[in-house]
Amino acid sequence: MSAAPMLEVNGLTKRFGGLVAVKNLSFSIHAGEILGLIGPNGSGKSTAMKSVMGVERPTAGSVKLDGVELAGLPSHRIARMGVGLVFQHSRPLARQTVLENIKVALLPDKLTRLFADKDVDARARAIAERVGLGGVIDRRPPTLAFADLRRLELAKAVARSPKLVLVDEPFAGLTASEVADFSNLIREFRDDGRAVLLVDHNVKSVSALVDRVLAMYLGEKIAEGRATEVMQDETVRRVYLGGALVSTARPEASFKDVTPALQVDNVGVLYGKAQALQDVSLHVHEGEFVSVVGLNGAGKTTLFNAISGLVPYSGAVKWAGRNLAGGTAAQIARDGIVQCPETRELFGDMTVRENLELGGNALSDAERGERLEWLFGLFPILKSRQPQLARTLSGGEQQMLAIARALMMKPKLLILDEPTLGLAPVILETLSKALDRLRETTKITVLLGEQNVTFALPHADRVYVLDHAKIVWEGPPDRFEAEAAENYL
Amino acid sequence: MPSFVTSRLFWIAVLTVIVALVLPTYVSGYVLGLLTVAYYTAVFAMSWDLLFGFAGEVNFGPTFLIGVGAYTAGILDAHYSPGLSIWLCIAAGALAAVVGGVVLALPALRVSGPYFGLTTLVAVLMLQNFIVVAAGLTGGEIGLAVPDVISIDAKTNYWIALGFMLVSGAILFGLSRSAIGLILQASGQDKIQAGALGFNVTKHKLAAFVVSAFFSGLAGALMVFYMGTASVSTFVDVGVGVQIIIAAVLGGRRTVIGAAIGAIFLIGMGELLRPLGELATLIVSVIALVVILFFPDGFLGIIRGGAKA
Ligand SMILES: Nc1ncnc2c1ncn2[C@@H]1O[C@H](COP(=O)(O)OP(=O)(O)OP(=O)(O)O)[C@@H](O)[C@H]1O
Ligand SMILES: [Mg+2]
Repeated sequence: MSAAPMLEVNGLTKRFGGLVAVKNLSFSIHAGEILGLIGPNGSGKSTAMKSVMGVERPTAGSVKLDGVELAGLPSHRIARMGVGLVFQHSRPLARQTVLENIKVALLPDKLTRLFADKDVDARARAIAERVGLGGVIDRRPPTLAFADLRRLELAKAVARSPKLVLVDEPFAGLTASEVADFSNLIREFRDDGRAVLLVDHNVKSVSALVDRVLAMYLGEKIAEGRATEVMQDETVRRVYLGGALVSTARPEASFKDVTPALQVDNVGVLYGKAQALQDVSLHVHEGEFVSVVGLNGAGKTTLFNAISGLVPYSGAVKWAGRNLAGGTAAQIARDGIVQCPETRELFGDMTVRENLELGGNALSDAERGERLEWLFGLFPILKSRQPQLARTLSGGEQQMLAIARALMMKPKLLILDEPTLGLAPVILETLSKALDRLRETTKITVLLGEQNVTFALPHADRVYVLDHAKIVWEGPPDRFEAEAAENYL
Repeated sequence: MPSFVTSRLFWIAVLTVIVALVLPTYVSGYVLGLLTVAYYTAVFAMSWDLLFGFAGEVNFGPTFLIGVGAYTAGILDAHYSPGLSIWLCIAAGALAAVVGGVVLALPALRVSGPYFGLTTLVAVLMLQNFIVVAAGLTGGEIGLAVPDVISIDAKTNYWIALGFMLVSGAILFGLSRSAIGLILQASGQDKIQAGALGFNVTKHKLAAFVVSAFFSGLAGALMVFYMGTASVSTFVDVGVGVQIIIAAVLGGRRTVIGAAIGAIFLIGMGELLRPLGELATLIVSVIALVVILFFPDGFLGIIRGGAKA
């Protein structure tokens, strides 16, 4: 390892109005080193990363790349000096192919150069090959699987061979084998001699990959060192990792209703020629918690959208004995089926409070007030952020708001689609406790879609496994590991 | 597959050009006059599509750029004719539109989304007010009569407009397919990411604005010397701007060529249906509405859709 670090951050501070998102943060990364950045939701990890990239302008402090000051420069200058950021939420050009999307990243930033260099095509192909997009190079992004879209983001960020690569939550939403693929790609960056800054909530994979870890809390550094040491740290355990999730499955026989509250019978969904769901049948009793486990693209979201009346389907969906077919999405929601979608669908330009109040629109003033207090008890961070615009919340904070807004609607059946996406372990624990409280104190029925089985299993009375548009397994969580786990653990 | 679509587009363009070239032999001077106006409008619409379709900025004020170009050229001619050649007046008009465009874009590009649109709309209203208030210079509400015209021969005017439209169209289309067109699209899609990929988003958007302003102003100035007058209702009114926007969307966003087709269609239909009086506007509006609602990619989208199936 070379003597002087490549990236040196000193006293970095970023304020948003009264909120100090990053406070006097200092760290350094050498060439050929991976530094992991961990911390609970809203602790300032993404903000620190964006401040290095110049997407956010640091309020104070210095960011030096090979001795050259970057703080205060616009992001396009910083990019050209050799920094690349892998964005978590991608918006690629939908009309261009994968190859063309990669080529865009290789174009010159000059108005006088109307056409790209000859070698751009070959370079773009090489990059695509390297990140594993070789097979889909002529497809358009809207037709790509989730993991391939993430590969495309990776490809664009490293197209210009940056010496410093910033990666924000690359593993979120990926399956175990995809996480392994991505870990290998990131390891290759290090072997090329690049410096890597990595943020993710997948503690196991981060620990396995990084050379050093820095833990943040409320914008400040709370620990730094080797992964094993930092994960043992008392404060880190308390504010970030939390305890293990406890399982409390109830046998199906304990639910007294003879006809289940939700019955999905032989449901099929076609998208054009593609069969997104085939002959899917499942049932959920009143008060029961059921998890639908499946990899990306298995059809979980399609199933939930069919139940919510958002996509046309064949077969029947019955709720409290009534057939839902033909009902509009709004009617179904009024009947008490509330979906908290994977994509969150928050009103970005409205405040946290307004988002919640919209959720509780149908409630009386007194009831809404009570409900709000209860939710603020579950998610204290939302209480302190009531006037903040939803768009500016951190990833995990947005997820909490989406769940809270769904709960504001007093659902009878709550459908949670990938609720753990982007949540810190400690928040998983909070969410887990919240679900337990719901189950003990209300008659709410929950349908949970997850590929994170470590979260899905402890919260389920029963589990279905969805694979390639079909239900392939059904049973209690304690039998899952023995009978259906090979793809998921 | 993409090359197939482009080739189909290409052959449609070739066919249209051939029709346009042989037309003067067969139709009356009146029809030629109509098409002359349609061709200038086509340039307005294509310039607008460069901003909206590629840079992703909805410019509600295309007539600001057109009006500045048209009135600058007209006023110069009215005051200095015959000392000043009309070609110099036209060049000055295009230049003024570029300067006006930069002055407008610098503050407008700082804000995004609907605010950008509002800023450009306000610019149109300000220009309109200025023209009315400074009636001594601009002719006010009555309009400005210019002493010179390019030619009184309908065919000559037709050839000039056609040539101008083809050259502008080729340049704008080429630009939209160049590296800059791609960068503009990427910035329109996600400007934070485009910045992080190393592109100076403001610089590219400003350049698009300048190009759009140049062709709008040039077309406006040429049209003044075709018509012999400049008035608020033909060059500046918000309604004119709306027509241009409808033309571009109707023809097919992000295609440049579609904008020209849309403009010619709108003007042609308006004329064909003229005997119906007030009803004509209604019918054209309904057609536009139906196309925009059911075929958001416009005429060219319909053609491409056919190509896919
Ligand atoms: N533009 C903004 N305006 C106001 N507050 C902001 C803005 N951007 C971020 N914040 C706040 O700054 C804090 C840090 O946010 P940041 O996105 O850096 O968190 P994070 O550590 O990446 O969290 P997560 O793990 O949930 O992604 C959050 O509380 C967030 O709400
Ligand atoms: Mg974050």
